[in-house]
Amino acid sequence: MDIIQIVVIGIIASILYIILKELNASFAFFIVLITTILIFLVIIQQIGVIFQLIESLGNKANVDGMYMETILKIIGIAYIAELGANLTKDAGLQSVAAKIELAGKISILLLAIPIITAVIEAILSFVDSV
Amino acid sequence: MALDASILFQIAGIGIIVALIHTILKQMGKEEIAQFATLVGFIIVLVIVINGLSDLFQQIKSVFLFQG
Repeated sequence: MDIIQIVVIGIIASILYIILKELNASFAFFIVLITTILIFLVIIQQIGVIFQLIESLGNKANVDGMYMETILKIIGIAYIAELGANLTKDAGLQSVAAKIELAGKISILLLAIPIITAVIEAILSFVDSV
Repeated sequence: MALDASILFQIAGIGIIVALIHTILKQMGKEEIAQFATLVGFIIVLVIVINGLSDLFQQIKSVFLFQG
């Protein structure tokens, strides 16, 4: 049962954080960081399994490989940006967290440009044929 | 799933010990050495955390199809 382990690790990390916060604030931040890393490392393997399923479904449905790859990359950017933003927010840097989120949104939009152009071209060809 | 909390306790232990050493050295009147001890502990923990972080980023790169 992974979920129980993750919850227990979260609780242990909170207790250690409360103890360390008064002794040494910088080490307390490291506790937060390493807890995030531990939980994410567990989750990422499950995400890999799910992605294999999505990819096999896409191959069966003859979806273009470029689109699947773009979608996976977008999901990855969303996860990484959220991780960084939450960590910086925990450290008290609200404005840096906002900038990280902005950068994540921009890079997602940048990755989506080929798909958007494909959609627009498809719509234009429909319009022309009518 | 290999989920070990030992690294968590490691960091907490290092933090508590470093805080102790800092307090003791401060009481002995050696302020500079106390600061130095804290810095060394900080660097040790930083190395551990950076190792974990690079591991995580490698995993993310391989799962989400990022090249390079």
